[in-house]
Amino acid sequence: MSKRATGTVVDPTPFRVRLALRDLDGVTLLALPAVLFVVTLFIYPFAYGFVLSFQPKAGNWLANYTKFFSDPFLYDTIGATFRLAIPATLINVLVSVPVALRVRRMRYRRLLTAILVIPITLGTVLVAEGLLIYLGPQGWFNRVLFIIGLGKIRLVHNYTGVMLSLILSGFPFTFLLTLSYLTGIDPSLEHAASTLGAKARARFVHVLLPLLAQGLAINLCLSFVQTFSVFPSAVLLGAPAGDTRVISIAAYQAAYEQYDSSMASAIAMIMGFCQLVVVVLILSGRSLAYRGAVSGGKG
Amino acid sequence: MATEKSIGERLWATAIWGLVFIFILNFMAMVATVVINSFGTRWFNAWLPAAFTTRWYESAWNEFQLHDVLIVTFEVVGAVVLLSALLGVPAAYALARRNFPGKRLVILLFLLPILVPPITFGIPLATVLYQTHLGGNMSGVVLANLVPSVPFVVLVMIPFIEQIDPRVEAAARVFGAGTGRLFMYVILPLLAPGILAALLLVLVRTIAMFELTFFTAGPGSQTLVVALYYAVYAAGVRAGQSIDAMAVIYMLTTLVWLLIALRFVDPTQIVTRVKREAAA
Repeated sequence: MSKRATGTVVDPTPFRVRLALRDLDGVTLLALPAVLFVVTLFIYPFAYGFVLSFQPKAGNWLANYTKFFSDPFLYDTIGATFRLAIPATLINVLVSVPVALRVRRMRYRRLLTAILVIPITLGTVLVAEGLLIYLGPQGWFNRVLFIIGLGKIRLVHNYTGVMLSLILSGFPFTFLLTLSYLTGIDPSLEHAASTLGAKARARFVHVLLPLLAQGLAINLCLSFVQTFSVFPSAVLLGAPAGDTRVISIAAYQAAYEQYDSSMASAIAMIMGFCQLVVVVLILSGRSLAYRGAVSGGKG
Repeated sequence: MATEKSIGERLWATAIWGLVFIFILNFMAMVATVVINSFGTRWFNAWLPAAFTTRWYESAWNEFQLHDVLIVTFEVVGAVVLLSALLGVPAAYALARRNFPGKRLVILLFLLPILVPPITFGIPLATVLYQTHLGGNMSGVVLANLVPSVPFVVLVMIPFIEQIDPRVEAAARVFGAGTGRLFMYVILPLLAPGILAALLLVLVRTIAMFELTFFTAGPGSQTLVVALYYAVYAAGVRAGQSIDAMAVIYMLTTLVWLLIALRFVDPTQIVTRVKREAAA
C-alpha cells in the first residue's frame, strides 16, 4: 500500500544525483574498461571452456569426462600431480615458518629477501635448465656427493628432479609470504607474553601460531595451487611420460598435439576443480583457528 | 627476550641458518653452472671446462634468432606495461576513491586472474583467442599477458592511491583546475612513484611469464622465455653451451630489470602485496 503511494510521488532529486549519492558517478566509470577487459578475457573464456568441455568431438555430452576417468593414462595424472604438489607445498610452507621467525629480526633482511626473489623472477624454465646440468650425472652436486662417499644419485629426469625444482622456485615464494604475515604481527604481543614468563616455544605455540594461522592457510592455498599447475619443470626435469606426467601435460597434449580443444577444456576444468576442492578444504580448516586482530592495542 | 638462550635454542638457530645457507649455496651454484658452461669449450668429467671461449654467444645469437626474439620480447613487454597502466590505474583510482555497491565483487573479479594459475585459465583463454584469430600472433600474446597484469596493477595501486589525501584534489578544484589540469598537474605527479613501482613489477613478471605466452605464441611471436623452453626441450639438437648462452642472456634481461625494480619496491612486494588483499 505505502509502496504504491511513494511510487506516484515524483522524487525531486535528479537521477544523476541519486546515483552520485551511492558513489556512482564519472569517477566510478573509470573502473569500467578494466572490468570489461577481465570479464571478456577471463570470465568469458572460463565459461566458454566450461560449456565447450560438454561438447565433445564424438559421443554424448559427458564423453570427455567419461573418457578422462576411464583411461588410466589420463586419470593417473591427477594422482601424479597430487604426489608432487602435496609434499612440495607442505615442505615449503612448514620450513618457511622457522626460517621467517629467524629472519624477521635479522639486520640484513632486505638483502636476504632480495636474493630470494631472484629464483622467483628467473622463473621455472631457467631453474629447470640450470638444475639439468647442476644436478646431472656430471654436475657439481653429484661430484660433491661422490667425494663425500655417497656415490652418484640419479636426480634428473625423474620425480626427484621435479620436486627439487618445485622447492627451489617455490620456497622463496612461500617464505616471503610467511615473512610478510609474520612482520604484520605486533611485536608487543610477544613482548607481553615474554614479560609474563613464556619461553620461546610457549610464545610460538600460544601467541604467534594462532595469529599466523590465517596467513598460513592462505599460504598453503596459494603454494598448493601453484605447485599443482607445475608444467615446464615436469616436462624438462621430470619423466613426462612416466611418474611426473602431471595433469597440465595431459591438458597441453589434448590441446596442442591432438587439437581437441573440447577435451583440453575438460581437463582444464578438472584441474581447476581439484584446486578448488583443496582450497575449500584448507579454508574450512582455517575457520577452526583464531580469527582476530594481529595488531595489539588498547581495545 | 634475546638474552637467555639454551643449548637447544642455539642448535635450532644454527640448523635454520644452515638450511638457508644450503639453499642459497645450491641456487648460486646452479646459476654459476649455467654461466660457466656458456663460456666453456668442453666440460666433461671435470670441475671446470677445459678452456674458455665466447663463441657460444655468437652461435646462440644466430641459431636461435635472438635478435628477432629479443625485439618481440621487448615489444610484447612494452605493450603489456603500457596497456596495463592505461586500463589498471584509472580502475584503481575509481576503486580507491569510491564506495559503490558491488565494489567487493569487482575486487574479487580482479583477484581471480592472479590467484588462479595461468595453466588453468590459459587453455580456455588460448582457445577463445585462436577462434577469434588473435591466437598465434603478437596481439594474442599481449592480450593473454594482460589478463594477470591489469588486475595486478589495480591491486598494487589501490592502497597507494588510498593513502593520498583527497583534500589535495579538492584544493586544486577550488583553485579552478579543470579535470584535465587536475589530472596532469596534481594526480599524475602524486601517483608517479606508485605507477613506476607497479609497472616495473609487471615488466619483471611479463618477461618471465612462460605459460600464457607459450599457449598463445606462434612462430613469429615467441618471447625469450618460450624460445628458451623450446631450446631446452629439443636439447641435443643444439650444443648445450649454446642453450646456456641463451639462458645467460635471458638471466641478464630479467635481472637488470629486477635490480632497477628493487630500488623502488620492497622485495616482498613482488609476491605479497597482492596476496595481502586476499587475506583481508
